[in-house]
Amino acid sequence: MLNRTRVQSGEPPKALVGWQGVAADLSSDQRAFKNVSWGKAMMWIFLLSDTFIFSCFLIAYMTVRMSTTVPWPNPSEVFALTIGGVHLPLILIAIMTFVLISSSGTMAMAVNFGYRRERVKTAALLMLTAILGAAFVGMQAFEWTKLIHEGVRPWSNPWGAHQFGSAFFMITGFHGTHVTFGVIFLLITARKVWRGEFDREARGFFTTRKGNYESVEIMGLYWHFVDLVWVFIFAFFYLW
Amino acid sequence: MVDVPLDTFGGLPPPEVPDVDLYHPKSWVTKYVFSQDAKVIAIQYSATAMSIGLLALVLSWLMRLQLGFPSIFSFIDATAYYQFVTMHGMMMVVYVLTALFLGGFGNYLIPLMVGARDMVFPYANMLSYWLYLLAVVILLASFFVPGGPTGAGWTLYPPQAILSGTPGRDWGIMLMLISLIIFIIGFTMGGLNYVVTVLQARARGMTLMRMPLTVWGIFTASFMALLAFPALLVGAVMMLFDRLLGTSFFMPSLVEMGEHLSYGGGSPILFQHLFWFFGHPEVYIVALPAFGIVSDLISVHARKNIFGYRMMVWAILAIGALSFVVWAHHMYVSGMNPYFGFFFATSTLIIAVPTAIKIYNWVLTLWRGNIRLTLPMLFALAFIVTFINGGLTGLFLGNVVVDVPLSDTMFVVAHFHMVMGVAPVLAIFGAIYHWYPKVTGRMLDETLGRIHFWITFLGAYLIFFPMHYLGLMGVPRRYHEMGEMAFVPQSAQTLNAFITVMALIVGTAQMVFFFNVVWSYFKGKPAGHNPWEAASLEWQTPETPPPHGNWGRELPVVYRWAYDYSVPGAASDFVPQNQPVASRPASDEDR
Repeated sequence: MLNRTRVQSGEPPKALVGWQGVAADLSSDQRAFKNVSWGKAMMWIFLLSDTFIFSCFLIAYMTVRMSTTVPWPNPSEVFALTIGGVHLPLILIAIMTFVLISSSGTMAMAVNFGYRRERVKTAALLMLTAILGAAFVGMQAFEWTKLIHEGVRPWSNPWGAHQFGSAFFMITGFHGTHVTFGVIFLLITARKVWRGEFDREARGFFTTRKGNYESVEIMGLYWHFVDLVWVFIFAFFYLW
Repeated sequence: MVDVPLDTFGGLPPPEVPDVDLYHPKSWVTKYVFSQDAKVIAIQYSATAMSIGLLALVLSWLMRLQLGFPSIFSFIDATAYYQFVTMHGMMMVVYVLTALFLGGFGNYLIPLMVGARDMVFPYANMLSYWLYLLAVVILLASFFVPGGPTGAGWTLYPPQAILSGTPGRDWGIMLMLISLIIFIIGFTMGGLNYVVTVLQARARGMTLMRMPLTVWGIFTASFMALLAFPALLVGAVMMLFDRLLGTSFFMPSLVEMGEHLSYGGGSPILFQHLFWFFGHPEVYIVALPAFGIVSDLISVHARKNIFGYRMMVWAILAIGALSFVVWAHHMYVSGMNPYFGFFFATSTLIIAVPTAIKIYNWVLTLWRGNIRLTLPMLFALAFIVTFINGGLTGLFLGNVVVDVPLSDTMFVVAHFHMVMGVAPVLAIFGAIYHWYPKVTGRMLDETLGRIHFWITFLGAYLIFFPMHYLGLMGVPRRYHEMGEMAFVPQSAQTLNAFITVMALIVGTAQMVFFFNVVWSYFKGKPAGHNPWEAASLEWQTPETPPPHGNWGRELPVVYRWAYDYSVPGAASDFVPQNQPVASRPASDEDR
């Protein structure tokens, strides 16, 4: 984004320091956050709201885990796989986490190339991100299938507290839905980049607003958020 | 918060926000039905919310008929009574007040008051309304499903909300939860719009500390709603799973009709925490816009600047922040660690400080003002009185030792109806009488308005004052009929009958208002651009009612705050926000 504040308007006001400066910036003319576009501001505030949703889910899960009197199943055993005769605890989750974190890397590269207006590279990296995201969802589907075959249901499971299955399906399901929506929007954005719609500022089908490479960054904000949430789910659900 | 005059640095700064390219509707349908114009969306929101409000009003009549004249109306049995209670509460709090203040007033006033052409994301704004309407339709559908709507009480506490003894257990509760989830998704789309428009799309010169308090109130409330509704969403999703899938998030081990249910190990208190983490901020989501609106009404109609503008802003923000750490004062009787009780009682009482600041500032604004007892002013004054009354009983209920005996009595009902029922509704009426001329170009009829005001104001007190007394006697709330209770004297029944009659009268008086709104639209006195001689930006639009895009060719430029009334030495007793500081008379260029 170009910095075009007060360039033509003579002397800039004296910069205030410390908290006064923060307050003066926030309450300044027209925009509270300088050089932050509407879309980006919207996404940040939405993510703040979404943080509250995931926090509530995780806190609720912790509460039921503590309030139930039945022992909680051991996650590292439940999520273990035997590959080639070797028993590996949490191996699938480790791979899933690796894939998702890697997709954050490709997303960051896509944002970078987007601002350099390198259409092909941006589209390719967005596609790669979408593929990694889809791979994550696929592995999650595999994990769900495996657990369901082993008898885990939202209302019961063979190893202990009923809430294990309830919280597992609810939280990973909600996160998986976020990833799935992310993949869909990544594909849409990749298509738009590929067709050069951001280069020629084509108007959106629904919103009739002009397209802009900034969409890639806004998409990226969402994607990094989904990854970050996964880190917390990983820590609180699988490692606890 | 340095208020730097714009002209200090040699002329106007360049616009930081480029002028938007608006979506220009071509057909009648895109102009008035699937409209992306915030003003049309506002009217859609308001009309829907007020229709639901009328329905909820009728439900309250039915409840009152049963309480006042028990066993006369055979169709109001215990089941129906609980369904009426539940639907009345949920409709009024979420689907009427929240939708009306944020979706209605927010959409109409924010772009006009901050000098924007529209909300920043008009398409999402449109979706917001249609999702709201869908939520309303699903909610209303529960009246027509087998078993009827849920009768779990508006707080929907599990386990009883989804057990077979509760009315509407089969369908009603599910429709209620689904409706809430859709409402929250829809609100999020709107709420993001309101917040981002205020933060990032203001006119030149409109610093945050020059915004009218109405915008501050709606903005803070929208932001709070974005952080509070997630808890309700999570609670609703989890209860839906408990009901549909048989999970046990909120369900402990239970025996029902001699049979051990398959539930077990869940925490009913968890739902209460989630619900009230939403529920208490919700009180202020309704109250803060009312605070803001009343501040503006008082300032305009007393021809004085609002006293202590900055303190008013900080008080709004402080109340908003504090309201997130008081929720468990709704749960004193659920049982909690005494230290938590101490914490929540303390934080609750601390809220009284910024609230008192606001009340004092309103009174000081009125003091020696040139008060015009117009209809909006009457309603604003009534709001202040009512809010003080309701707020004082809040101090009673915020203390653990006082709350425990009063909990679940009519005292609580009286308290929250005063503070978040009557008071916000008075602010809404005041706001409608105030801004109706801007919306339609015509004044509401004065005589009808005064009839409406006095019946509503006095009647509300005749309804809810006696209720405090009933509560102090120990008359419980949510009882279908009282029966024989040694501690309740017979005379309580007389009082109940009196309350019912008053409720019928006050409810009927609202028809005067609705008639007035419709009649004045066609036959009302033409209002002109600025009938109240108000200084804030929404009255300075080039056309009334404002057209699509609000401002015509040029966006307005703001040179001062919204409260320049009775400025010494000024030519008139108000100076519009977009009048330049230099003492030359306003010309058309300034518009």
